[in-house]
Amino acid sequence: MKLQFSEKDEAFRKEIAGWLADNLTGEFAQLKFRGGPGDEHMFPEERKRWEQKLAEGGWTCVGWPTEYGGRGLSIEQQVIFYEEYARAGAPGRMGHIGDGLTGPTLIAFGSEAQKAKYLPGILAGTEFWCQGYSEPGAGSDLANVKTKARFDEAKGKWVITGQKVWTSLAHESEYCFVIARTDPDSKAHKGLGFFLVKMDQPGVTVRPIEQITGTSEFNEVFFDDAECDADDIVGEPGDGWKVAMGLLGFERGVSTLGQQMAFQNELNEVVKLARENGAANDPQIRQRIAQAHIGLKIMRYNSMRMLSGDKGDGSLQKEALIYKLYWASWHRDLGELAVDIMGPEATILPEAPYELNRLQSLFLFTRSDTIYGGTNQIQRNIIAERGLGMPKEPKW
Amino acid sequence: MDFAFTDEQQMIRDTAEAFLKDTSTSEAVRTAMVSELGYDAELWQRLCGEMYWQAIHIPEAYGGLGLSYIELIAIVEQMGRYLLCAPYFSTVCLATNALLCAGSEEQKAEYLGAICEGKTATLAWSNTGGWTAASVSASARKDGDDYLLSGDYRYVIDGASAELLILAAKEAGSDAVQLFAVDAAAAGIERQALPTMDQTRRQAAIQLKDLRVPAGAKLACESGDAADALNKTLQLATVALAAEQAGGMQQLLSSAVEYTQERKQFNRPIASFQSIKHKAADMMMRNEVARSSIYYAACVADEALNGGELSAELPEAASIAKAWCSEAYFKNAGEAMQMHGGVGFTWEYDVHLYFKRAKASEHLLGNSDQHRENIAALLLDGE
Repeated sequence: MKLQFSEKDEAFRKEIAGWLADNLTGEFAQLKFRGGPGDEHMFPEERKRWEQKLAEGGWTCVGWPTEYGGRGLSIEQQVIFYEEYARAGAPGRMGHIGDGLTGPTLIAFGSEAQKAKYLPGILAGTEFWCQGYSEPGAGSDLANVKTKARFDEAKGKWVITGQKVWTSLAHESEYCFVIARTDPDSKAHKGLGFFLVKMDQPGVTVRPIEQITGTSEFNEVFFDDAECDADDIVGEPGDGWKVAMGLLGFERGVSTLGQQMAFQNELNEVVKLARENGAANDPQIRQRIAQAHIGLKIMRYNSMRMLSGDKGDGSLQKEALIYKLYWASWHRDLGELAVDIMGPEATILPEAPYELNRLQSLFLFTRSDTIYGGTNQIQRNIIAERGLGMPKEPKW
Repeated sequence: MDFAFTDEQQMIRDTAEAFLKDTSTSEAVRTAMVSELGYDAELWQRLCGEMYWQAIHIPEAYGGLGLSYIELIAIVEQMGRYLLCAPYFSTVCLATNALLCAGSEEQKAEYLGAICEGKTATLAWSNTGGWTAASVSASARKDGDDYLLSGDYRYVIDGASAELLILAAKEAGSDAVQLFAVDAAAAGIERQALPTMDQTRRQAAIQLKDLRVPAGAKLACESGDAADALNKTLQLATVALAAEQAGGMQQLLSSAVEYTQERKQFNRPIASFQSIKHKAADMMMRNEVARSSIYYAACVADEALNGGELSAELPEAASIAKAWCSEAYFKNAGEAMQMHGGVGFTWEYDVHLYFKRAKASEHLLGNSDQHRENIAALLLDGE
């Protein structure tokens, strides 16, 4: 075990930090610390231009292999990249679904033609992706997908019908990856396909969902005979679940460390406010602030363990299993702490009709953390069943 | 950056697990914990003679193995897991660290050499259960070439059985903290074993009445005030204690999961109920997170012992680990007892041994609230 980074890695840290300092200026200066969770709807056009700026510097898709246009960074350097990105206050990534999910999925499971067609737009920061998994009847029970895909021989295209929900930034995206049932008689995780669908077509309708924050980063997406090409299915019909689960694995990669730096920025704001308004003198608030600090530090240690790999005792998988439950609960608690430090002033909004300040928004938005991407309850089932080998629920 | 055990560290950890699983069985623990000494002297001889664990992080120059604090933590975690009754924490994590932090070359050669040969030792610093040098209350008064030590100590780990005592006292006049290495059999030391709720770790009260010690027994400590050295010692010990706690949590989780898979009610293993699974999942989360906190703190502790660049992080890393592990161990012990149902309340099952050990460990070297306040002060006070 060793905690220090090598000299080469520290030199890399200087390089990315320097690039960010030089480029997060001018029209991009207003984006500092913006576009994170709860703020994702803000400055979409400017943040897309920022993606293109990143691409110019070669700072998109830094973890992809070089043969696919990525930077091929080592785990250590990816860690450093995400740390410095968040430390600089660079904005929430509009491209994170393409960069972190679509790309790695296509590289692992896609055809050469799919890679050639879709990877360049992600690398260039010109094409954005959203994720079509959940449906009104397929939340925790994700495999209960009802959206259907049938192959139209005459058109030579896949035709998709159904509804997806909780689709982040669907209205800002060029493409959506969609799990849909290719075998209409199949059940659960069998008979699914994984499709790459263009959003700008007559068969796709996006309807924003108004959240408890009064804002909308989540959407409903309706597919009414939406079409995609014959070769826009990843793998074979029936492989959809395998591809989708592979993709969820990518979600727990190094970007978790970038997320933690964003959390650190939030915690810093909470600490600053407590010092300013005197809450830092309250013994109970002191305990809660310390607990938040401890929780975030350990989150980082936990990720470092996860990324350093295990030595065959299975601990890697176990650490990965607990990650979502841990960070979501921590973040929700931070939201509660933030408004408790604000005190009664937390109940007054900056402006009518419903404008929230950053901490109010944090308080409300973090209620979604323990629900999306597998609720805390589902996470506990997964930990108990896969991590501890406890029996599955009896089937009804 | 590589935050995983090296192959050698993994081997040491696995060896410790296998050895302790064999030797520190439930029967062995129950025999040792009611014995007069509080531990099995023969097993201690094996730990020292065969495994050489007492010498793990003592530099080779003094006869030790010269391994890092990470190896020590890997072993201590397994000791906590198997509730080893032995004067290891007192000898290695308290006294040895005190000698490493404050002793002169000659003192280290003498006392650490003796510890390498199996001598037991402990550190006595407080009468109140305080966890910093600020809690030192005994006094040391210069008398010719000697010092006269007076005062009371309580909660001294293995204080009645240790052969060498490191005693903390405040020097009359300057109020500087000094540490003295004293033979436990010296006249003027009264030791009283205290009956403990957690029988797996012994505590004692020690009373000094004008104990005369030669000036050479004072640990050298270049600055002339051993307060910093004592604080560092206690922080190093705190990291080790947190590792014991993480190990205990692991065993509680394993036994609770195993029991709930065997125990049937309503014609199903109770492990198939979500109310049980979710408790187990939370236990595992707290446990894995605890391990991350101790491995990080172990790396920092090793740097602190060797003057590395992360040395200054030791107070924070130790407080983070202890704040998390104390609460998590006790919480997991309570949940494990609940999951065992009625049998968890019996003397026969081992859950209560861990439950008691968890509470005792929580109050040793500062509880979670105290360590959180330590963190709060670092974050919120001053500039």
